[in-house]
Amino acid sequence: MALLVAVMASSSQTPTQTQQPAPGTTPPPPGAAAAPSQGGVAGSVVASPGASAQQGALNVVVLDPAHGGTDPGARGTGGIRESEIVLSFAMEVRRALEQQGFQVVQTRQGNENPSFDDRSATANAQRGAVFVTLHISSTGLPGTARVYVNSELPPVTDSSGMIPWDRAQAPFLGLSRTLGDFVQGFLAQRFKGSPETAQTASVRQLRTTAAPAIAVEISSVTVEDRAELDRMAPGIADSIARGASAFRPSYVVPGTPGALP
Amino acid sequence: MTPRWKFLFAGGLVFILLAALIFVPILRRRMKRAAKLQQQSEEQARRELTQPITINPGDPRVKTKLFWASDTIDSTLVPVTVDLPLSNDPVLRSKQVLNTLLAGPVDAELRTLPPDALLLAFYLLPDGTAIADFSEALATSIPSGIVSEQLAVNSITRTLEANVPQVQRLKILIHGQEMETLAGHLDLTGTFVVNTNPAQAHAKPAPTTPSTDNAAAPATDKTTAPTPAPGALTPDKAPGKLAQPQAKP
Repeated sequence: MALLVAVMASSSQTPTQTQQPAPGTTPPPPGAAAAPSQGGVAGSVVASPGASAQQGALNVVVLDPAHGGTDPGARGTGGIRESEIVLSFAMEVRRALEQQGFQVVQTRQGNENPSFDDRSATANAQRGAVFVTLHISSTGLPGTARVYVNSELPPVTDSSGMIPWDRAQAPFLGLSRTLGDFVQGFLAQRFKGSPETAQTASVRQLRTTAAPAIAVEISSVTVEDRAELDRMAPGIADSIARGASAFRPSYVVPGTPGALP
Repeated sequence: MTPRWKFLFAGGLVFILLAALIFVPILRRRMKRAAKLQQQSEEQARRELTQPITINPGDPRVKTKLFWASDTIDSTLVPVTVDLPLSNDPVLRSKQVLNTLLAGPVDAELRTLPPDALLLAFYLLPDGTAIADFSEALATSIPSGIVSEQLAVNSITRTLEANVPQVQRLKILIHGQEMETLAGHLDLTGTFVVNTNPAQAHAKPAPTTPSTDNAAAPATDKTTAPTPAPGALTPDKAPGKLAQPQAKP
């Protein structure tokens, strides 16, 4: 699997690694993916000419507990390891999402460390999915949570109309922001001191993900007792599940009818 | 072998042994001294190479804006204005402001970059792309996390934006190498937008720079729509372009 993904990641034109639009369709105009992503208007990003956006069904949430294996992620003085906490958070988030009727796919079940591309590949293989990567920060006000959406990416100018793997997030940025703002809104109600809307950052994990994708980062590993973080889990899970549900009507597959996904 | 040869052979062995006993300690002492000398000269060369650019007092004093962490609002940057003699040469000037940024604010709590990180090299290409090469400490000593890595990169890009109008975008290298991420989160494969207002590239940058990266002012996100945030990947440089040749179908 790792080899396959490496091959897919290193080439930018093979059909296997593109999600949509389908070969032969009009490529999105330069800037279409990037320009209107600030306002959080649902679907504004996907208005490529000649391509009618599809109202698809959002069924799947791909949960990505970050780090794992040899990579413990952020470490606190009290022996807190980010990789362990995000995994237990993922279990809680999974339960909350399943209660809302979502099917949940995890990028890792145990203490493994799939590559960034492996994790994106898990999400990119799903249809009608959103992607949520879970993190615990080393800094920031303890007890707050931030949602990140990927920074603007270079527009896709490939004449074949395919999206290169390394910019797979580009057509989804507007949808990602909508999803991010929903989740951040619920988090702000639960965790005082958190921002009101999603932030923008060049998060590596989000760039290769061909789905509405957000990173949720919880502050922080500096707490004395792990229980302080564990107490946040139900609120985080509830906010993500409610955010994903609220996002459902906004979910539109960018591209043309008949195209993947 | 005759007894005479045996005697000569034994004598030769004893001689070699004695010579070894005398010379080995001398040799060892010399090797130690040479190693020390080499270490010293390496250390000296490294220091000379990475020596902070000396501020030339003859340069005109400029109000320099340096972006460090805010002490009032969590995980945001605030500009601190410092009077510094700055060179007019964009590369020297960039080195001067980045070294001052690395040196850190008076209150060490408000640092955005690790205290042991060094700027190893800085280049400016004719198209406005700057390449900053930092020592490994930037990646290894920084607290891992999206918020901390983002704050570090933004403090660099916004400080360059405020003081060196020639720099349009920035590529960050770690010890001469392109890295996938800074410390596991922030993407270093592309370039970061530095000049968020390219139309006025040579004008003095406006005092109120768009702060889409500012956690405290999310409302400005929506008002600064067309200009990408500082720290965003630039449209004209595909991520990974510097590292990988374009793949052929």
